Amino acid sequence: MNSSITNKTSITLALWSKNLSRDGITKMVLGLIASVAVLLLVLILFFLLLQSWPVLNITYLPLFFSSDGWHPLEGKFGLLPMLWATLAAGLGALVIALPLGLATAIFSLYMAPAPLARSLNLIVAILAGIPSVVYGLWGLTVIVPLINQWQAPGASLFAAMLILALMVLPTIAITTRSALGGLPISLQQAAASLALSRATTIIQVLLPAAKTGIRQGVLLALARALGETMAVLMVAGNVVQTPHSLFDSVRVLTANIALEMAYATDHHRAALFASGLLLMVLVSITLWLAVERTKNTTSARPNA
Amino acid sequence: MDLRQLFSNYLTLLFVGATFLSTSLVNAGEQRLVLTGSSTIAPVALEIGKRFEEQNPGVRVDVQTGGSSRGIADAHSGMADIGMASRELAASEQDLHAFPIALDGIALIVHSSNAISNLSNQQIIDIYTGKTTNWKQVGGADKSITVVNKAEGRSTLELFLGYFKLANSQIKASVVIGDNQQGIKTVAGNPFAIGYVSIGTAEYEASAGIPIKLLPMNSVIASVATVQQGEFPLSRPLNLVTREAPSGLVKQFIDFARSDAVSDLILDQYFVPLQAAKKP
Repeated sequence: MNSSITNKTSITLALWSKNLSRDGITKMVLGLIASVAVLLLVLILFFLLLQSWPVLNITYLPLFFSSDGWHPLEGKFGLLPMLWATLAAGLGALVIALPLGLATAIFSLYMAPAPLARSLNLIVAILAGIPSVVYGLWGLTVIVPLINQWQAPGASLFAAMLILALMVLPTIAITTRSALGGLPISLQQAAASLALSRATTIIQVLLPAAKTGIRQGVLLALARALGETMAVLMVAGNVVQTPHSLFDSVRVLTANIALEMAYATDHHRAALFASGLLLMVLVSITLWLAVERTKNTTSARPNA
Repeated sequence: MDLRQLFSNYLTLLFVGATFLSTSLVNAGEQRLVLTGSSTIAPVALEIGKRFEEQNPGVRVDVQTGGSSRGIADAHSGMADIGMASRELAASEQDLHAFPIALDGIALIVHSSNAISNLSNQQIIDIYTGKTTNWKQVGGADKSITVVNKAEGRSTLELFLGYFKLANSQIKASVVIGDNQQGIKTVAGNPFAIGYVSIGTAEYEASAGIPIKLLPMNSVIASVATVQQGEFPLSRPLNLVTREAPSGLVKQFIDFARSDAVSDLILDQYFVPLQAAKKP
């Protein structure tokens, strides 16, 4: 095992030096293209900062956290209720989607007969491709009236969680499947030789071994749920209030921007951009966690 | 529906940005027409402006928002060639010339199965401020009321609040919606909801079989026709305002904005076109 790795490395090294000039060009071109993406991100960040500048000062910043409610035209800029709603909707969606996504991945990978697994994978891929506005419309015309028969007004945090769960389910299912699928077959062989049952193998051996990939998928799903706009806007009810129950109507940060940006001026507009900035920071932290956590475990692997 | 609006807003942003750029570069040999004022009129003025530019090469129509008051002030001071004001001129503003390009009207809607067929202004205020929370209190079923309000900044909200003399913070909403379609779907999906939307959209959807009912206001039927006749109370004119009697390019633009050539653009924004409207 070890010698084959060394061999591979030396072959790669030989190829590397032979094609140095061509590689050098490729590296430069790819580097340039990659830096365009980075530049765009920096420009967007700069744009957000520029647009939210009028409220990024000592007079307005405290208002974001101390104002009683969000009434920008009356000088009230309380963002906290929307921040809580955003986090609650995102985390709630994960709580619902995680078991479903894990089950889908495990079933299609280890238990379903091949044709069923194929169609299951196809369905998950289709779920991932449905535009969010379609989810929203379906939520508004089907889910919300259903919840309303039970708890008025129907448009609620719970509706948002359900729709978001459906939307992030494919992310979790697909990343889990590829994390599990990437595990060495020796793990399963070893488990079999220890006469472990199928269930024990999956739960005690395979899932822990794939946890880095799964965690990454969960964080990607969370980032998507936090950033989702259209579907949540249509089902969440959009009343600015700190959620005290699953059936409270809530407004998330993205929906706030989408609802009001078109007609906002002056400080109202700047406050919306500031909430966009806050959201971007939130999503960035989530993604950073996804990348950083992976890095730690990969570097730890050779020692294990 | 909302996606399209978002997209057009995005275009608006681009357009405004581009306009700023081009004005700072000073484009000689180009005729400019500056419109400022009401953010209700701005989107439709922008669309009309684009079509006007297409038909009149070398003309640039620059639309800026800032509210009806700014529109009137800018028309007064000459800062803008044309001001935009989504209200009647006040008595003190009669020295200006106002030209309505469309009307804006909103209808209160409930689910068609709702037993209520009429609400007084005071009952509507009580429902929206949370004093009345059950349909029973206004003669309906013993069910709590789902109050549907519009998001801050929307012209329908502004018209609604202005008419009932409310501040948005006084309203106790159960659901806040963005565009008219979302409002109609919310009420259509909830037998105990009450909401308000642009009258043209509500009338169209109700006639297409969507289960909503338009409530009369002060016993005037809510319809595009009563808005055009100037009878429906919850409506207002969308005015272009000038200091002098219009001439030249300004006259050309105002005539264009009031003609049949742009009525599709007016309908796109859920406003009521002037056709068949009472002449002032």
